[in-house]
Amino acid sequence: MSAHANLERRRQAIYGWLLLSPAAVLLTLFAFYPSVATLWSSLFSRGTRRKPTEFVGTENYAELFADPTFWIVVKNNLLYAGITIPVSIFIALSMALWANGKIRARGFVRTAYFTPTVLPMIAAANLWLFFYTPGLGVLDQIGSLFGLPSVNWLGQPETALWAIIIVTIWKEAGFFMIFYLAALQTIPADLKEAADIEGASRWTYTRRIVLPLLMPTTLFIAVNAMINSVKLIDHLFILTKGGPSDASKLILYYIYEMAFAFFDAPSAAAMTMMVIGVLGIVAAVQFLYLDKRTHYQ
Amino acid sequence: MKSLTKFMDSFGAILLAIIWISPLLFAFWAATHSTSDAVNLNVFSPWTLDNFRVAWAGAPWLKYFINTFMLVTVILIGQFFLTTLAGFAFAQLQFPGKDFVFILVLMQLFILPEVLIVENYAMISRLGLFDTILGVGMPYMASAFGIFLMRQAFKGVPIELHEAARIEGCGLLGILWRVYVPLAKPTYLAYALVSVSTHWNNFLWPLIVTNSPETRPLTVGLSIFGAPENGVDISVISAATLMSVAPLLIAFLIFQRQFVQAFLRAGIK
Repeated sequence: MSAHANLERRRQAIYGWLLLSPAAVLLTLFAFYPSVATLWSSLFSRGTRRKPTEFVGTENYAELFADPTFWIVVKNNLLYAGITIPVSIFIALSMALWANGKIRARGFVRTAYFTPTVLPMIAAANLWLFFYTPGLGVLDQIGSLFGLPSVNWLGQPETALWAIIIVTIWKEAGFFMIFYLAALQTIPADLKEAADIEGASRWTYTRRIVLPLLMPTTLFIAVNAMINSVKLIDHLFILTKGGPSDASKLILYYIYEMAFAFFDAPSAAAMTMMVIGVLGIVAAVQFLYLDKRTHYQ
Repeated sequence: MKSLTKFMDSFGAILLAIIWISPLLFAFWAATHSTSDAVNLNVFSPWTLDNFRVAWAGAPWLKYFINTFMLVTVILIGQFFLTTLAGFAFAQLQFPGKDFVFILVLMQLFILPEVLIVENYAMISRLGLFDTILGVGMPYMASAFGIFLMRQAFKGVPIELHEAARIEGCGLLGILWRVYVPLAKPTYLAYALVSVSTHWNNFLWPLIVTNSPETRPLTVGLSIFGAPENGVDISVISAATLMSVAPLLIAFLIFQRQFVQAFLRAGIK
Protein backbone atom coordinates (compact mmCIF):
# COMPACT_ATOMS: atom_id res chain seq x y z
CA MET A 1 0.00 0.00 0.00
CA SER A 2 2.76 2.43 0.93
CA ALA A 3 4.60 1.51 -2.25
CA HIS A 4 1.47 2.36 -4.16
CA ALA A 5 1.13 5.72 -2.42
CA ASN A 6 4.78 6.40 -3.15
CA LEU A 7 4.27 5.66 -6.82
CA GLU A 8 1.25 7.94 -6.91
CA ARG A 9 3.21 10.74 -5.28
CA ARG A 10 6.06 10.40 -7.75
CA ARG A 11 3.59 10.32 -10.63
CA GLN A 12 1.98 13.55 -9.42
CA ALA A 13 5.37 15.25 -9.05
CA ILE A 14 6.37 14.32 -12.58
CA TYR A 15 3.05 15.41 -14.03
CA GLY A 16 3.06 18.60 -11.98
CA TRP A 17 6.42 19.73 -13.26
CA LEU A 18 5.67 18.63 -16.81
CA LEU A 19 2.44 20.61 -16.89
CA LEU A 20 4.15 23.59 -15.38
CA SER A 21 7.19 23.58 -17.63
CA PRO A 22 5.85 25.48 -20.68
CA ALA A 23 4.63 28.33 -18.49
CA ALA A 24 7.80 28.16 -16.40
CA VAL A 25 9.99 28.50 -19.48
CA LEU A 26 8.15 31.58 -20.73
CA LEU A 27 7.95 33.17 -17.30
CA THR A 28 11.68 32.67 -16.92
CA LEU A 29 12.40 34.15 -20.34
CA PHE A 30 10.13 37.19 -19.97
CA ALA A 31 9.85 37.90 -16.27
CA PHE A 32 12.47 36.34 -14.01
CA TYR A 33 15.54 36.44 -16.20
CA PRO A 34 14.80 40.03 -17.37
CA SER A 35 14.36 41.14 -13.76
CA VAL A 36 17.73 39.73 -12.78
CA ALA A 37 19.33 41.01 -15.98
CA THR A 38 17.97 44.48 -15.25
CA LEU A 39 19.53 44.44 -11.80
CA TRP A 40 22.79 43.18 -13.28
CA SER A 41 23.01 45.79 -16.05
CA SER A 42 22.12 48.57 -13.65
CA LEU A 43 25.43 47.88 -11.91
CA PHE A 44 27.59 48.23 -15.02
CA SER A 45 28.70 51.28 -16.96
CA ARG A 46 27.46 52.14 -20.39
CA GLY A 47 29.93 50.65 -22.86
CA THR A 48 31.36 52.74 -25.65
CA ARG A 49 33.61 51.66 -28.47
CA ARG A 50 36.72 52.72 -26.64
CA LYS A 51 35.67 51.88 -23.12
CA PRO A 52 34.07 48.49 -22.55
CA THR A 53 31.40 48.10 -19.88
CA GLU A 54 32.74 47.70 -16.39
CA PHE A 55 31.34 47.13 -12.95
CA VAL A 56 30.49 50.45 -11.33
CA GLY A 57 28.37 49.40 -8.37
CA THR A 58 25.73 51.96 -7.52
CA GLU A 59 27.20 54.68 -9.72
CA ASN A 60 24.30 54.57 -12.18
CA TYR A 61 21.93 55.13 -9.31
CA ALA A 62 24.01 58.02 -7.98
CA GLU A 63 24.08 59.53 -11.45
CA LEU A 64 20.32 59.21 -11.69
CA PHE A 65 19.86 60.90 -8.33
CA ALA A 66 22.02 63.77 -9.55
CA ASP A 67 19.95 64.14 -12.71
CA PRO A 68 17.43 66.97 -12.28
CA THR A 69 15.15 65.50 -14.97
CA PHE A 70 14.84 62.33 -12.92
CA TRP A 71 13.48 64.29 -9.99
CA ILE A 72 11.07 66.22 -12.21
CA VAL A 73 9.80 62.91 -13.57
CA VAL A 74 9.45 61.40 -10.09
CA LYS A 75 7.58 64.47 -8.90
CA ASN A 76 5.31 64.33 -11.95
CA ASN A 77 4.57 60.67 -11.38
CA LEU A 78 3.81 61.25 -7.70
CA LEU A 79 1.39 64.01 -8.62
CA TYR A 80 -0.06 61.79 -11.36
CA ALA A 81 -0.63 58.99 -8.84
CA GLY A 82 -1.71 61.34 -6.07
CA ILE A 83 -4.47 62.84 -8.19
CA THR A 84 -5.60 59.98 -10.44
CA ILE A 85 -5.94 57.40 -7.65
CA PRO A 86 -8.29 59.25 -5.26
CA VAL A 87 -10.20 61.14 -7.95
CA SER A 88 -10.92 58.12 -10.11
CA ILE A 89 -11.95 56.12 -7.02
CA PHE A 90 -14.29 58.92 -5.96
CA ILE A 91 -15.81 59.24 -9.43
CA ALA A 92 -16.11 55.46 -9.77
CA LEU A 93 -17.96 55.32 -6.47
CA SER A 94 -20.34 58.11 -7.46
CA MET A 95 -20.95 56.41 -10.79
CA ALA A 96 -21.69 53.11 -9.11
CA LEU A 97 -24.06 54.64 -6.55
CA TRP A 98 -25.93 56.33 -9.38
CA ALA A 99 -25.89 53.39 -11.75
CA ASN A 100 -27.15 51.17 -8.94
CA GLY A 101 -29.94 53.52 -7.90
CA LYS A 102 -33.36 53.99 -9.41
CA ILE A 103 -32.58 56.63 -11.98
CA ARG A 104 -33.78 57.37 -15.47
CA ALA A 105 -31.93 56.01 -18.51
CA ARG A 106 -29.89 53.65 -16.35
CA GLY A 107 -28.76 51.48 -19.25
CA PHE A 108 -27.48 54.46 -21.18
CA VAL A 109 -25.73 55.83 -18.10
CA ARG A 110 -23.92 52.57 -17.38
CA THR A 111 -22.84 52.14 -20.98
CA ALA A 112 -21.58 55.72 -21.15
CA TYR A 113 -19.50 55.30 -17.99
CA PHE A 114 -17.97 52.02 -19.05
CA THR A 115 -17.28 52.77 -22.72
CA PRO A 116 -13.84 54.43 -22.28
CA THR A 117 -12.60 51.16 -20.79
CA VAL A 118 -12.80 49.33 -24.12
CA LEU A 119 -10.98 52.06 -26.07
CA PRO A 120 -7.22 51.93 -26.57
CA MET A 121 -5.34 54.68 -24.76
CA ILE A 122 -3.99 55.83 -28.12
CA ALA A 123 -7.50 56.30 -29.47
CA ALA A 124 -8.55 58.04 -26.25
CA ALA A 125 -5.65 60.44 -26.70
CA ASN A 126 -6.76 61.19 -30.26
CA LEU A 127 -10.28 61.91 -29.03
CA TRP A 128 -9.01 64.27 -26.36
CA LEU A 129 -6.69 66.01 -28.78
CA PHE A 130 -9.84 67.44 -30.30
CA PHE A 131 -10.69 68.94 -26.91
CA TYR A 132 -7.29 70.35 -26.10
CA THR A 133 -6.03 71.78 -29.41
CA PRO A 134 -5.60 75.54 -28.97
CA GLY A 135 -7.90 77.71 -31.07
CA LEU A 136 -9.76 74.85 -32.71
CA GLY A 137 -10.35 72.58 -29.72
CA VAL A 138 -13.69 72.14 -27.99
CA LEU A 139 -12.42 73.57 -24.69
CA ASP A 140 -11.29 76.76 -26.38
CA GLN A 141 -14.56 77.03 -28.27
CA ILE A 142 -16.51 76.76 -25.04
CA GLY A 143 -14.13 79.22 -23.38
CA SER A 144 -14.55 81.73 -26.19
CA LEU A 145 -18.32 81.69 -25.63
CA PHE A 146 -17.56 83.19 -22.24
CA GLY A 147 -14.93 85.51 -23.63
CA LEU A 148 -11.98 83.55 -22.22
CA PRO A 149 -8.66 83.67 -24.07
CA SER A 150 -7.35 80.67 -25.98
CA VAL A 151 -5.30 78.30 -23.82
CA ASN A 152 -2.66 75.91 -25.09
CA TRP A 153 -3.54 73.14 -22.62
CA LEU A 154 -0.93 70.69 -23.84
CA GLY A 155 1.72 73.23 -24.72
CA GLN A 156 2.35 74.96 -21.43
CA PRO A 157 4.09 73.41 -18.41
CA GLU A 158 1.39 74.49 -15.94
CA THR A 159 -1.44 72.56 -17.59
CA ALA A 160 0.14 69.74 -19.63
CA LEU A 161 0.31 67.20 -16.81
CA TRP A 162 -3.23 68.04 -15.72
CA ALA A 163 -4.48 67.45 -19.24
CA ILE A 164 -2.83 64.03 -19.10
CA ILE A 165 -4.32 63.31 -15.67
CA ILE A 166 -7.85 64.09 -16.87
CA VAL A 167 -7.56 61.61 -19.74
CA THR A 168 -6.35 58.90 -17.34
CA ILE A 169 -9.23 59.49 -14.92
CA TRP A 170 -11.68 59.44 -17.80
CA LYS A 171 -10.23 56.14 -18.96
CA GLU A 172 -10.15 54.24 -15.68
CA ALA A 173 -13.11 55.50 -13.60
CA GLY A 174 -15.70 53.49 -15.55
CA PHE A 175 -13.60 50.36 -15.18
CA PHE A 176 -13.42 50.76 -11.41
CA MET A 177 -17.14 51.49 -11.30
CA ILE A 178 -18.06 47.93 -12.22
CA PHE A 179 -16.28 46.55 -9.16
CA TYR A 180 -18.21 48.93 -6.93
CA LEU A 181 -21.42 48.03 -8.76
CA ALA A 182 -20.86 44.35 -8.11
CA ALA A 183 -20.07 45.01 -4.45
CA LEU A 184 -23.13 47.23 -4.02
CA GLN A 185 -25.34 44.45 -5.28
CA THR A 186 -24.16 42.16 -2.50
CA ILE A 187 -25.29 44.56 0.24
CA PRO A 188 -28.51 43.08 1.68
CA ALA A 189 -31.62 45.21 1.14
CA ASP A 190 -32.71 44.84 4.80
CA LEU A 191 -29.81 47.06 5.88
CA LYS A 192 -31.37 49.87 3.90
CA GLU A 193 -34.80 49.09 5.38
CA ALA A 194 -33.42 49.06 8.90
CA ALA A 195 -31.70 52.39 8.29
CA ASP A 196 -34.95 53.84 6.95
CA ILE A 197 -36.90 52.64 9.98
CA GLU A 198 -34.32 54.19 12.27
CA GLY A 199 -34.81 57.39 10.33
CA ALA A 200 -31.20 57.57 9.16
CA SER A 201 -30.60 60.03 6.37
CA ARG A 202 -29.30 58.83 3.04
CA TRP A 203 -25.95 60.42 3.75
CA THR A 204 -25.67 58.62 7.11
CA TYR A 205 -26.64 55.34 5.50
CA THR A 206 -24.02 55.80 2.79
CA ARG A 207 -21.29 56.87 5.18
CA ARG A 208 -21.95 54.44 8.02
CA ILE A 209 -23.07 51.33 6.16
CA VAL A 210 -22.27 51.42 2.46
CA LEU A 211 -18.75 52.84 2.59
CA PRO A 212 -17.45 50.45 5.29
CA LEU A 213 -18.93 47.49 3.42
CA LEU A 214 -17.22 48.69 0.23
CA MET A 215 -13.83 48.97 1.93
CA PRO A 216 -12.38 45.73 0.53
CA THR A 217 -13.42 46.80 -2.97
CA THR A 218 -11.86 50.21 -2.44
CA LEU A 219 -8.56 48.61 -1.43
CA PHE A 220 -8.63 46.31 -4.45
CA ILE A 221 -9.30 49.28 -6.73
CA ALA A 222 -6.63 51.37 -5.02
CA VAL A 223 -3.98 48.73 -5.74
CA ASN A 224 -5.08 48.59 -9.37
CA ALA A 225 -5.07 52.37 -9.64
CA MET A 226 -1.57 52.42 -8.18
CA ILE A 227 -0.34 49.96 -10.80
CA ASN A 228 -2.08 52.02 -13.48
CA SER A 229 -0.28 55.15 -12.36
CA VAL A 230 2.95 53.43 -13.40
CA LYS A 231 1.56 51.71 -16.48
CA LEU A 232 -0.80 54.14 -18.20
CA ILE A 233 1.47 56.32 -20.30
CA ASP A 234 0.39 55.57 -23.88
CA HIS A 235 -1.45 58.88 -24.24
CA LEU A 236 1.79 60.78 -23.62
CA PHE A 237 3.00 59.62 -27.02
CA ILE A 238 0.09 61.41 -28.72
CA LEU A 239 -0.64 64.35 -26.47
CA THR A 240 2.61 65.78 -25.13
CA LYS A 241 5.56 63.41 -25.62
CA GLY A 242 6.44 64.29 -22.04
CA GLY A 243 6.83 67.98 -22.79
CA PRO A 244 6.89 70.89 -22.68
CA SER A 245 10.30 70.84 -20.98
CA ASP A 246 9.55 67.52 -19.21
CA ALA A 247 6.50 69.00 -17.46
CA SER A 248 4.34 65.96 -18.22
CA LYS A 249 6.99 63.24 -18.39
CA LEU A 250 6.26 60.10 -16.36
CA ILE A 251 8.70 57.43 -15.19
CA LEU A 252 7.86 54.67 -17.64
CA TYR A 253 8.00 57.14 -20.53
CA TYR A 254 11.39 58.32 -19.31
CA ILE A 255 12.61 54.71 -19.15
CA TYR A 256 11.41 54.22 -22.72
CA GLU A 257 13.21 57.39 -23.83
CA MET A 258 16.40 56.49 -22.00
CA ALA A 259 16.53 53.05 -23.54
CA PHE A 260 15.23 53.59 -27.06
CA ALA A 261 15.98 57.25 -27.81
CA PHE A 262 19.17 57.96 -25.83
CA PHE A 263 20.40 54.34 -25.83
CA ASP A 264 21.42 54.66 -22.20
CA ALA A 265 20.54 51.14 -21.07
CA PRO A 266 22.25 51.26 -17.63
CA SER A 267 20.27 54.34 -16.55
CA ALA A 268 17.08 52.79 -17.86
CA ALA A 269 17.90 49.63 -15.91
CA ALA A 270 18.57 51.56 -12.71
CA MET A 271 15.24 53.34 -13.06
CA THR A 272 13.47 50.09 -13.85
CA MET A 273 14.89 48.58 -10.66
CA MET A 274 13.44 51.42 -8.64
CA VAL A 275 10.02 50.94 -10.22
CA ILE A 276 10.21 47.21 -9.49
CA GLY A 277 11.13 48.07 -5.92
CA VAL A 278 8.09 50.28 -5.50
CA LEU A 279 5.79 47.72 -7.13
CA GLY A 280 7.31 45.07 -4.87
CA ILE A 281 6.41 47.13 -1.81
CA VAL A 282 2.86 47.53 -3.09
CA ALA A 283 2.71 43.77 -3.62
CA ALA A 284 4.08 42.99 -0.18
CA VAL A 285 1.64 45.36 1.49
CA GLN A 286 -1.21 43.77 -0.37
CA PHE A 287 -0.20 40.21 0.40
CA LEU A 288 0.72 40.69 4.01
CA TYR A 289 -1.66 43.31 5.20
CA LEU A 290 -4.63 43.86 2.95
CA ASP A 291 -5.39 40.25 2.12
CA LYS A 292 -6.14 39.53 5.75
CA ARG A 293 -8.64 42.32 5.93
CA THR A 294 -10.27 41.97 2.54
CA HIS A 295 -11.18 38.31 2.64
CA TYR A 296 -14.16 38.42 4.89
CA GLN A 297 -16.72 38.75 2.07
CA MET B 1 -38.43 66.55 -1.29
CA LYS B 2 -37.93 62.94 -2.10
CA SER B 3 -38.83 63.42 -5.74
CA LEU B 4 -36.47 66.38 -5.89
CA THR B 5 -33.48 64.34 -4.74
CA LYS B 6 -34.52 61.64 -7.15
CA PHE B 7 -34.59 64.18 -9.95
CA MET B 8 -31.19 65.55 -8.93
CA ASP B 9 -29.80 62.02 -8.94
CA SER B 10 -31.01 61.33 -12.44
CA PHE B 11 -29.84 64.75 -13.56
CA GLY B 12 -26.35 64.32 -12.12
CA ALA B 13 -25.97 60.79 -13.41
CA ILE B 14 -27.06 61.68 -16.92
CA LEU B 15 -24.97 64.84 -17.00
CA LEU B 16 -21.88 62.86 -16.03
CA ALA B 17 -22.75 60.22 -18.62
CA ILE B 18 -22.96 62.86 -21.34
CA ILE B 19 -19.65 64.37 -20.26
CA TRP B 20 -18.16 60.87 -20.26
CA ILE B 21 -19.08 59.99 -23.83
CA SER B 22 -18.67 63.50 -25.22
CA PRO B 23 -15.12 62.84 -26.51
CA LEU B 24 -16.52 59.96 -28.52
CA LEU B 25 -19.49 62.01 -29.73
CA PHE B 26 -17.27 64.88 -30.81
CA ALA B 27 -15.00 62.49 -32.66
CA PHE B 28 -18.04 61.10 -34.43
CA TRP B 29 -19.17 64.61 -35.26
CA ALA B 30 -15.74 65.59 -36.54
CA ALA B 31 -15.36 62.42 -38.58
CA THR B 32 -18.64 62.95 -40.39
CA HIS B 33 -18.14 66.62 -41.29
CA SER B 34 -15.61 68.63 -43.22
CA THR B 35 -12.79 69.98 -41.06
CA SER B 36 -13.94 73.58 -41.09
CA ASP B 37 -17.53 72.65 -40.26
CA ALA B 38 -16.32 70.36 -37.49
CA VAL B 39 -14.14 73.02 -35.93
CA ASN B 40 -16.83 75.69 -36.06
CA LEU B 41 -19.39 73.27 -34.61
CA ASN B 42 -21.70 74.26 -37.44
CA VAL B 43 -24.81 72.27 -36.55
CA PHE B 44 -26.50 72.55 -39.94
CA SER B 45 -23.50 71.62 -42.04
CA PRO B 46 -23.81 68.65 -44.38
CA TRP B 47 -22.70 65.15 -43.39
CA THR B 48 -19.93 63.43 -45.29
CA LEU B 49 -17.99 60.20 -45.37
CA ASP B 50 -15.02 61.73 -47.15
CA ASN B 51 -12.89 61.69 -44.01
CA PHE B 52 -13.22 57.94 -43.76
CA ARG B 53 -12.24 57.60 -47.41
CA VAL B 54 -9.18 59.80 -46.94
CA ALA B 55 -8.19 58.04 -43.72
CA TRP B 56 -8.61 54.57 -45.23
CA ALA B 57 -6.43 55.51 -48.20
CA GLY B 58 -3.78 57.05 -45.94
CA ALA B 59 -2.42 53.88 -44.32
CA PRO B 60 -2.51 50.10 -44.80
CA TRP B 61 -5.39 49.73 -42.35
CA LEU B 62 -6.50 46.36 -43.62
CA LYS B 63 -3.03 45.01 -42.90
CA TYR B 64 -3.09 46.61 -39.45
CA PHE B 65 -6.48 45.05 -38.73
CA ILE B 66 -5.24 41.64 -39.79
CA ASN B 67 -2.10 42.07 -37.68
CA THR B 68 -4.07 43.01 -34.59
CA PHE B 69 -6.44 40.14 -35.19
CA MET B 70 -3.55 37.70 -35.59
CA LEU B 71 -1.84 39.11 -32.52
CA VAL B 72 -4.80 38.72 -30.19
CA THR B 73 -5.46 35.23 -31.57
CA VAL B 74 -1.87 34.08 -31.10
CA ILE B 75 -1.78 35.47 -27.58
CA LEU B 76 -5.12 33.91 -26.67
CA ILE B 77 -4.16 30.46 -27.96
CA GLY B 78 -0.84 30.63 -26.12
CA GLN B 79 -2.50 31.80 -22.94
CA PHE B 80 -5.22 29.13 -23.02
CA PHE B 81 -2.68 26.39 -23.53
CA LEU B 82 -0.15 27.51 -20.94
CA THR B 83 -2.52 28.68 -18.24
CA THR B 84 -4.71 25.59 -18.50
CA LEU B 85 -1.75 23.28 -17.88
CA ALA B 86 -0.18 25.39 -15.18
CA GLY B 87 -3.48 26.23 -13.51
CA PHE B 88 -4.36 22.55 -13.34
CA ALA B 89 -1.01 21.64 -11.87
CA PHE B 90 -1.39 24.28 -9.17
CA ALA B 91 -5.01 23.40 -8.43
CA GLN B 92 -5.07 19.60 -8.37
CA LEU B 93 -1.60 18.12 -8.12
CA GLN B 94 0.70 17.76 -5.15
CA PHE B 95 4.38 18.08 -5.87
CA PRO B 96 7.44 19.39 -4.06
CA GLY B 97 8.26 23.05 -4.69
CA LYS B 98 4.69 23.89 -5.66
CA ASP B 99 4.13 26.64 -3.11
CA PHE B 100 7.45 28.26 -3.85
CA VAL B 101 6.80 28.31 -7.60
CA PHE B 102 3.32 29.65 -7.02
CA ILE B 103 4.71 32.61 -5.09
CA LEU B 104 7.13 33.27 -7.94
CA VAL B 105 4.18 33.28 -10.34
CA LEU B 106 2.24 35.67 -8.12
CA MET B 107 5.22 38.01 -8.10
CA GLN B 108 4.86 38.39 -11.84
CA LEU B 109 1.45 39.97 -11.22
CA PHE B 110 3.31 43.01 -9.98
CA ILE B 111 6.41 42.98 -12.15
CA LEU B 112 4.49 44.16 -15.17
CA PRO B 113 5.74 43.24 -18.64
CA GLU B 114 5.55 46.99 -19.36
CA VAL B 115 8.28 47.68 -16.83
CA LEU B 116 10.67 45.13 -18.30
CA ILE B 117 10.51 46.50 -21.85
CA VAL B 118 14.26 47.00 -22.14
CA GLU B 119 15.35 43.48 -21.21
CA ASN B 120 12.39 41.86 -22.93
CA TYR B 121 13.35 43.69 -26.10
CA ALA B 122 16.86 42.27 -25.79
CA MET B 123 15.39 38.80 -25.22
CA ILE B 124 13.11 39.01 -28.25
CA SER B 125 16.02 40.14 -30.41
CA ARG B 126 18.16 37.28 -29.11
CA LEU B 127 15.42 34.81 -30.02
CA GLY B 128 15.28 36.32 -33.50
CA LEU B 129 11.67 37.34 -33.05
CA PHE B 130 12.09 41.08 -33.51
CA ASP B 131 9.39 42.53 -35.77
CA THR B 132 7.28 39.37 -35.76
CA ILE B 133 3.78 38.93 -34.42
CA LEU B 134 4.95 36.03 -32.28
CA GLY B 135 7.55 38.36 -30.77
CA VAL B 136 4.87 40.87 -29.83
CA GLY B 137 2.69 38.19 -28.26
CA MET B 138 5.19 35.93 -26.52
CA PRO B 139 5.86 37.89 -23.30
CA TYR B 140 2.15 37.85 -22.52
CA MET B 141 1.46 34.16 -23.02
CA ALA B 142 2.50 32.81 -19.63
CA SER B 143 0.25 35.27 -17.86
CA ALA B 144 0.42 34.97 -14.08
CA PHE B 145 -3.02 36.48 -13.97
CA GLY B 146 -4.34 33.74 -16.26
CA ILE B 147 -2.65 30.97 -14.29
CA PHE B 148 -4.18 32.33 -11.12
CA LEU B 149 -7.60 32.58 -12.75
CA MET B 150 -7.55 29.02 -14.11
CA ARG B 151 -6.30 27.68 -10.80
CA GLN B 152 -9.29 29.24 -9.07
CA ALA B 153 -11.67 27.86 -11.67
CA PHE B 154 -10.24 24.34 -11.44
CA LYS B 155 -10.30 24.39 -7.66
CA GLY B 156 -14.06 24.81 -7.83
CA VAL B 157 -14.51 21.52 -9.68
CA PRO B 158 -15.91 18.80 -7.35
CA ILE B 159 -13.34 16.09 -6.62
CA GLU B 160 -16.02 13.40 -7.14
CA LEU B 161 -16.04 14.13 -10.88
CA HIS B 162 -12.27 13.75 -10.95
CA GLU B 163 -12.47 10.42 -9.09
CA ALA B 164 -15.30 9.16 -11.27
CA ALA B 165 -13.36 9.89 -14.44
CA ARG B 166 -10.33 8.13 -13.02
CA ILE B 167 -12.30 5.04 -12.14
CA GLU B 168 -13.60 5.02 -15.70
CA GLY B 169 -9.95 4.70 -16.73
CA CYS B 170 -9.29 8.25 -17.83
CA GLY B 171 -5.65 9.44 -17.69
CA LEU B 172 -4.69 12.70 -16.03
CA LEU B 173 -4.64 14.70 -19.26
CA GLY B 174 -7.89 13.07 -20.29
CA ILE B 175 -9.48 14.16 -17.02
CA LEU B 176 -8.18 17.68 -17.55
CA TRP B 177 -9.56 17.79 -21.09
CA ARG B 178 -12.90 16.03 -20.48
CA VAL B 179 -13.82 17.20 -16.99
CA TYR B 180 -12.03 20.38 -16.01
CA VAL B 181 -11.88 22.31 -19.27
CA PRO B 182 -15.61 21.98 -20.11
CA LEU B 183 -16.59 22.97 -16.58
CA ALA B 184 -14.38 26.07 -16.70
CA LYS B 185 -16.01 27.41 -19.87
CA PRO B 186 -17.36 30.62 -18.27
CA THR B 187 -13.89 31.40 -16.95
CA TYR B 188 -12.37 30.84 -20.38
CA LEU B 189 -14.93 33.17 -21.91
CA ALA B 190 -14.26 35.85 -19.31
CA TYR B 191 -10.52 35.48 -19.72
CA ALA B 192 -10.83 35.65 -23.51
CA LEU B 193 -12.80 38.90 -23.39
CA VAL B 194 -10.35 40.51 -20.99
CA SER B 195 -7.33 39.26 -22.92
CA VAL B 196 -8.62 40.32 -26.33
CA SER B 197 -9.60 43.79 -25.23
CA THR B 198 -6.29 44.26 -23.39
CA HIS B 199 -4.16 43.25 -26.33
CA TRP B 200 -6.31 44.88 -28.97
CA ASN B 201 -5.53 48.12 -27.11
CA ASN B 202 -1.92 47.49 -26.15
CA PHE B 203 0.57 50.01 -27.48
CA LEU B 204 3.96 50.47 -25.82
CA TRP B 205 5.38 46.97 -26.28
CA PRO B 206 4.16 46.56 -29.91
CA LEU B 207 5.63 50.00 -30.63
CA ILE B 208 9.02 48.75 -29.47
CA VAL B 209 9.14 45.34 -31.13
CA THR B 210 7.52 46.11 -34.47
CA ASN B 211 9.24 48.00 -37.20
CA SER B 212 7.25 47.49 -40.38
CA PRO B 213 3.68 47.70 -41.68
CA GLU B 214 3.83 43.91 -42.04
CA THR B 215 3.60 43.37 -38.28
CA ARG B 216 2.39 46.66 -36.84
CA PRO B 217 -0.92 46.43 -34.95
CA LEU B 218 -3.70 49.01 -35.18
CA THR B 219 -2.70 51.07 -32.16
CA VAL B 220 0.83 51.62 -33.43
CA GLY B 221 -0.46 52.29 -36.94
CA LEU B 222 -2.92 54.81 -35.57
CA SER B 223 -0.27 56.65 -33.59
CA ILE B 224 1.94 56.92 -36.67
CA PHE B 225 -0.97 58.02 -38.83
CA GLY B 226 -1.95 60.74 -36.37
CA ALA B 227 1.57 62.00 -35.68
CA PRO B 228 1.74 65.79 -36.06
CA GLU B 229 4.62 65.43 -38.53
CA ASN B 230 2.16 63.91 -40.97
CA GLY B 231 -0.03 67.00 -40.79
CA VAL B 232 -3.28 65.06 -40.99
CA ASP B 233 -6.25 67.20 -40.03
CA ILE B 234 -8.49 66.54 -37.06
CA SER B 235 -11.49 65.22 -39.00
CA VAL B 236 -9.40 62.59 -40.72
CA ILE B 237 -7.71 61.59 -37.44
CA SER B 238 -11.14 61.26 -35.84
CA ALA B 239 -12.30 59.08 -38.72
CA ALA B 240 -9.21 56.86 -38.41
CA THR B 241 -9.65 56.63 -34.64
CA LEU B 242 -13.28 55.60 -34.93
CA MET B 243 -12.40 53.05 -37.60
CA SER B 244 -9.79 51.41 -35.44
CA VAL B 245 -11.94 51.24 -32.31
CA ALA B 246 -15.10 50.23 -34.17
CA PRO B 247 -14.79 46.42 -34.01
CA LEU B 248 -14.19 46.28 -30.27
CA LEU B 249 -16.67 49.05 -29.53
CA ILE B 250 -19.45 47.42 -31.54
CA ALA B 251 -18.70 44.05 -29.96
CA PHE B 252 -18.85 45.72 -26.57
CA LEU B 253 -22.18 47.44 -27.26
CA ILE B 254 -23.72 44.15 -28.38
CA PHE B 255 -22.25 41.93 -25.67
CA GLN B 256 -22.14 44.56 -22.96
CA ARG B 257 -23.36 42.31 -20.19
CA GLN B 258 -20.81 39.61 -20.98
CA PHE B 259 -18.00 42.16 -21.10
CA VAL B 260 -18.86 43.61 -17.72
CA GLN B 261 -19.28 40.13 -16.21
CA ALA B 262 -15.94 39.11 -17.70
CA PHE B 263 -14.06 42.03 -16.19
CA LEU B 264 -15.73 41.39 -12.86
CA ARG B 265 -14.96 37.69 -12.83
CA ALA B 266 -11.39 38.38 -13.85
CA GLY B 267 -10.94 41.13 -11.30
CA ILE B 268 -12.55 39.76 -8.22
CA LYS B 269 -11.06 36.30 -8.10
